[in-house]
Order: sequence, then structure tokens, then C-alpha cells
Amino acid sequence: MGTDVLVIGGGNAALCAALMAAEAGASVMLLEAAPRDWRGGNSAHTRNLRCMHDAPQDVLVDAYPEEEFWQDLLKVTGGLTDEDLARLTIRASSTCRNWMRKHGVHFQPPLSGALHVARTNAFFMGGGKALVNAYYRSAEKLGVKIRYESPVDGLEIENGEFRAAWCKGERIEAKACVLAAGGFESNRDWLREAWGQNERGEWPSDNFLIRGTAYNQGVLLRHMLEQHQADGIGDPTQAHMVAIDARAPLYDGGICTRIDCVSLGVVVNREAKRFYDEGEDFWPKRYAIWGRLVAQQPGQVAYSIIDAKAIGRFMPPVFPGVTANSLPELADKLGLDRATFMQTLDRYNAGCRVGKFDHTALDDCHTEGVTPAKTHWARPIDTAPFYGYALRPGVTFTYLGLKVDDTSAVRFADQPSRNLFVAGEMMAGNVLGKGYTAGVGMSIGTAFGRIAGRNAALAAAGKPALAGAVKDEV
Amino acid sequence: MQQLNSSPPKGRVIPIVPVSSAAETEVARALQICNACRYCEGFCAVFPAMTRRLEFGQADVHFLANLCHNCGACLHACQYAPPHEFGINIPKAMAEVRGQTYAEYAWPPALGQLYQRNGLTLSLALVFGLTLFLLLAVLLQGGGLGVLWGEQLQGSFYQLFPHNLLVGMFAPVFLFVVFALSMGVRRFWSDIKPVTSGVDVSPPAAAEATHDVLKLKYLDGGHGEGCHNEDDAYTLQRRRFHHLTFYGFALCFAATSVATLYHYLFGWEAPYDLPSLPKLLGAVGGVSLMLGTAGLWQLNRKRHPMHGDAKQKPMDLGFIALLFLVAASGLALWLARATPALALLLCLHLGAVMALFATLPYGKFAHGVFRTASLLRHAVEKRQPNPIGLGAD
Repeated sequence: MGTDVLVIGGGNAALCAALMAAEAGASVMLLEAAPRDWRGGNSAHTRNLRCMHDAPQDVLVDAYPEEEFWQDLLKVTGGLTDEDLARLTIRASSTCRNWMRKHGVHFQPPLSGALHVARTNAFFMGGGKALVNAYYRSAEKLGVKIRYESPVDGLEIENGEFRAAWCKGERIEAKACVLAAGGFESNRDWLREAWGQNERGEWPSDNFLIRGTAYNQGVLLRHMLEQHQADGIGDPTQAHMVAIDARAPLYDGGICTRIDCVSLGVVVNREAKRFYDEGEDFWPKRYAIWGRLVAQQPGQVAYSIIDAKAIGRFMPPVFPGVTANSLPELADKLGLDRATFMQTLDRYNAGCRVGKFDHTALDDCHTEGVTPAKTHWARPIDTAPFYGYALRPGVTFTYLGLKVDDTSAVRFADQPSRNLFVAGEMMAGNVLGKGYTAGVGMSIGTAFGRIAGRNAALAAAGKPALAGAVKDEV
Repeated sequence: MQQLNSSPPKGRVIPIVPVSSAAETEVARALQICNACRYCEGFCAVFPAMTRRLEFGQADVHFLANLCHNCGACLHACQYAPPHEFGINIPKAMAEVRGQTYAEYAWPPALGQLYQRNGLTLSLALVFGLTLFLLLAVLLQGGGLGVLWGEQLQGSFYQLFPHNLLVGMFAPVFLFVVFALSMGVRRFWSDIKPVTSGVDVSPPAAAEATHDVLKLKYLDGGHGEGCHNEDDAYTLQRRRFHHLTFYGFALCFAATSVATLYHYLFGWEAPYDLPSLPKLLGAVGGVSLMLGTAGLWQLNRKRHPMHGDAKQKPMDLGFIALLFLVAASGLALWLARATPALALLLCLHLGAVMALFATLPYGKFAHGVFRTASLLRHAVEKRQPNPIGLGAD
């Protein structure tokens, strides 16, 4: 069994690689670990692509220049990024969409409730699963051989060159290979190992929910780092993590499990105490820090509390909240200590200095004499009915990966492999050392998936890899 | 940013009637999840209408279910579709409620249960029963077997069934159909109007809804490549075959109307031949109707098993078969007008037309009426300010 290019993985980056290699004339086989119904990994849960553009472009309004995109990335990563690779990703995002359209992806104006990213993000019509479906259809048309339920557990690598992959006891040879099998966020044991035990003796990651696929077990990532000593990058405890509804499924809860009312009320922990400024900034700029905040609380749980005034002002939650006609009743229903809860709420309510409430601006409603302060949108929680939503940390993806340069080649002892490449979550940590900004995962996956596919086809034809992003005709 | 209300959104003035049936409850459950996701907003009218609501009462569910065109886009794109534990299948959930609304709003109410039985077998049985009845009537008139297979008619079927007899048979049925359907849709309208802003129809809204109906806008997938049929690929076939069917039917109907005018205004009696207007309209319409229904039949048989409500397939196929039979027998009647088969074909054609009309208010035809009403309410509602001001924007 042999092929020119073997692609391991079945999400956006893997599909971009397979499509590029097939377009270059290589014979391509793609191995997706999941069954067909669950194909596409975390890409099936995505909804948009962060795009640089200097002028309005179809669904994108105004401009989002390279420098602004770079500054956004620099800010969220706190400098844990590689500027060259980041700028490569940014520039590629400005020209890749015609290629995506050619393979069946449709774009649409931003969704209602997501207008804050109308300028920066191009939304996929129907979301990521529609994109994944389109890419699979296009790949099949181009003759890519697709196998589902085909997890790879080991590679044969000689002197930095890929020889074959092992899949369910079968040895599959290829002239070149692209690794795009995702992070390790679905692997509970690995998360436990990475997060360890806290000072309370808890294993925090045992209470994490995984927002995406159950199939990102990190088998290949660990195999590359440990058996083959490939050059790695990133910290295993870094992950994109948001606060989600505690009732969300263990895997694949996706976008709809987000709880978007944090900034409209208060959040208390299991001890019924507040622990962070809920009104620090606009929610879209803060939701990504709340996963980690909740992870640090006892029991890795917190409760978002709102009153009737908040209803209709935030994206409707997927599950109905716990509802009560008084605050003490709400405390009881949530299983919180009633006295402490009332003390927290009374103190907060008394501390509110309400000015002109405006949820679309950093308004002047704030607290005084309350710790921690709530600096915006602080209004007393006093209008029945009251609602409570239990929150848990929800992991989107992990950042630990393999180090690359602008050829996307896997590196051993700082030497690039001739024919082994990596894309997607398995290398996103090169650009995103920590933090996140909406849609950038797909920008990285698309840019490096395409580079990896192009270079794998070149390697299969005995040619050297090209550096830099795929050049699109504009 | 979306306009934000300065005061909290007001509760509805009209009381929300909660969902009651299992199918309605399922739509309300699914839409609660969809409303927290919204990835499908670009596909059709259902999801933008959904985002104007935070909860889904019975009237909302009836409105949205009839707004859904069963294109399948939101099923194939859904990250929560089975085997996900949320098990979201909007096309199926909506179809089940639609089937119930057809029955619930049927007039007279007692006949609503006909929907459950209006299958392919029943439709065909009705055609053959009526055909047989007409044949027997002709026989018993005294003409004997010779009338049924003879050339003495010279292409003139009024010799067999006098014009006034035909009018006497078909006019009451037709008027009943119009009356029954309008009674049903009137009640539907009065239920959904209050939950779709309550505002009256404006000319621009009417124009938009008419456009959406006549172009079948919501079978274009939102991107123009069409809807789904047997898999996750987009296809324009359903839209095109539906157009052939719809416009073929309209042309046939126009042919009959023009012929009626000819008869009463000018005293020009049938049969008309080419190149007369009724014949031209009827011939083109008949061919178009045959092609359209044959195509829709094929597509229906190949349809992805998770699309829509499998229990309604006999109703769909029964209606398609009736339309095909009407068109085929009509064309055959014209082509064989000079042969001894005229009388037989005439009885078959009249039987098919009668069966089609008799079942119109209690079969698949209702989808056009209820969907048009929903599209009209949607066109009105979308012109009103969104009652939900999302602070997340």
C-alpha cells in the first residue's frame, strides 16, 4: 500500500494539505481517526476565519490591515509568538478565500450576536461543518483516497525522513507525509498529567469539559515528541479555555454551550463569593479568560447570577437557567450557602453606583467599596425572577505542538525534515503561544495546511520545499 | 452594533400558548439549541426569524415549521446532528409539525384526519374509482360498449359528457376546494399573525413574499447552488423540477380558465386545437407538469433518509402521482383524440382531475398555501425592529 502523499488527520489543516497536494498532481491518501459522522475534528465546530484586508471585501467591512492584526495577536499572546510565522499567517489570510471558494466554501455576513467581528472575521455559511463537508467533497472529486476510523499510532522515520505510518496494524508507505491530527485536548489522562494537582489536592482537569472533538487524543503528537524527539514548542497547560455551561456534554458541546451573561450580573464560586471583575471589558474580549478563572476556583465551578433586567441582552443560553423568585431561594436551588450568598449579593447591591447603563459601551455603572470591584455595567441584582447558570472550564484546544519554520517541515535537532510536514493544532503553538482571538485557529490551519500540502507534493516529486505562504492569484 | 433597547424587552402582549404535541416540543427544544448557535443563519428564512425570539410557543413553532422548505442544509451543516447527543434534525422536526398543522387547520376539521391516509394508494384508488364511475355512467346511459371504444365521437367529448354536466360536476368541487383551503389558512393566519409582529401586510412585504414563492428562493441554499437531496452535495434539481411542476400546473390551470372564457364570452366550444391559446397553454403546461413531477418523484425516492418526515412520503408521492396522471391523461387525450380510445381516456382524465381536486385541501397541496402564508408573515415581521437587543454585539 503506497501513495505519494499521506495526510494524517481529517480537519481543516489536513484537508487543505490534501487538496493542495492533489492539485499539484500527487496521489494522496487521507487518514481520519474519527468515523465519517464525526469527521473534521474541531474544524466542524468553527464558524469563521480571521482575515486581513486593506479594503472592504465581499462579507468583510472596512479594513483590517496587517499591522492591526499583528498587534491583536501580539496582545493576546503576550509576545509568545513568532513574528515571521504570524505575519505569514496574516498575509495568507488576505488571499486564501478564493481558493477556499473554489473548493466549495461559502462565506456569509456575520451572524446576529457576532457583529463585533464583522470587520475582522469572514463567516462560513453553515459554519465549520459545512466547510469540512465541502472540502471532503472536493477532495473526493480530486481523487484523494479517504479512510475513516483510521487512527495512526506510529511513524517510521529514518534520519529525519518519513518512510511509513502504522494504522491499525497496517504499514502505509508514502513519499511524503503531512501531520495534521490535532492537539491532545481530548486526552483526559494527558490533561491530568499537564495540569497536575492543586493546593487543595484537586485534579482540576478532571472537571474540564472539552468543547470539541473526542478524537484529539494527541497520540501522534506524543509519539513525535517522545519517540522521535521532534523539536517541540509550547506549554502543555496552555489551552484555549472558556467558561461554559456546566451541563454541557463532556465532548463536542461546541459554540452553543457558552454562557454570555457574565458581564450583566455577578459570578460567585462554590463558596458563594465573587472572585473577579465581571465588568472589566466587553464580553467578547473577556470570555476567553473566564475558563482559566473558573479552573482556579474550588471544585472548578462558578455560578453566573443575573436578574430579569438582563434577559434579552445576551445570546440565549442552550439550557434554561435555574430560576427563583428570590435570591435566598436561588442560593438554595444552586446548592450555595445561603448566608454567604446573601452577604455577597447584599454587599454588591449596596456598592453599585448606577449611572447611565449602556451595555454597548464601557459605561459608568460601577461598584464602590466592594472587592473585587465590578467596573462597568454594575446594577443591583434586585428584580425577580433571578437566574443562575453553573459554569465549568471548557477546553477548545491545546497549544503544545511541533516547532516549524515557514516551510512547515517537522524539525529534528533544529534540522528540517525533507518530506515530513505538520499543520493545524499540532503546530499552532508557533504562532499562538497562549491566548486566543476569534477565527485565528482557522487562519493558521489554512495557511500552514496549504504550505504543508504544497511542500509534501514537491517532496514526493523529489523537489525541495518552498518557503513561505502559497501564492494566490489576486 | 445592533440597536439596543433602552429598556428591557417588553413581554408579549398576547399570552404565549405553550407547545403541546411531541413534535412541537421537539421543535421548541431544537430551536433553543439553534438559537444559541446560529451557524445556519445564512441558509434560509427560518433562522433569522428564530433569532427574533427567546422562547418558542405553539404559534411560533407553527409559523417556523411552515417557513421551513425542508432543503436539508441545516442538517448536513449541523455540529449537533445525530449521532451528537443533542440529536438536532431541524428538517425532520419541522416536517413533523408541518404535517400536524395541515391536519389541525384542515376544514372541515373532521376531514383533517384524511391527511394521515392521503397516500399514494388512496390517490390512485380514487382515480380509478372515479374513472370507473364515469365509464359506468356512460355505459348505463345506453350507448353500450360501442361508445367506449368507437370513433363516432369525432374528437368531440361533449357528445359523451355535455358541457353543463362537466360544469355541474367540477364547479362545486373547485369552489369547495377554494373555500376549504381559505378557511384553513385564515385560522392559521390569525394564529401566527400576533406572534409575527401583528402588523398588517405592506405592499413591499407582499412583493417580497410573492418573489420568494415564485422563485422558490429558499431552495437556493442561500448561496445559489441549491439544496440537498441524497447527500451533502448541493443541487438545483429540486428547485428546477418544482418550477416545472408549479408553472406546468399554472399553465394547465390558465388553459382551463381561458377555455372557460372562450366558452362563455365568445361561444367558442371545445375542443380547441393548435395554435389556439388554450391548447398551447395546456400542451406546454402538460409537458412541463409531466417532466416536473417525474423529476420530483425520482428525487423523492432518492432523498436522504434523515430529511423530513418519512411518514409523509406517501402523501408526497400521492400528490406527485395525481399531478402526473392528470398531465399524462390530458396529453394522451389530445394526441389520441381521433382514435377509438378517446372515450376511455376522457373518463380517465376526468377521473384524475376529479381525484386531484377532491384531495387538494387534504394533501400535499396544502404546503403551498401554508408556506406562502408563513413567507408573507416573515416578510412583514422582518421589517419591524428586532425585539431582542443583544448586548453581546
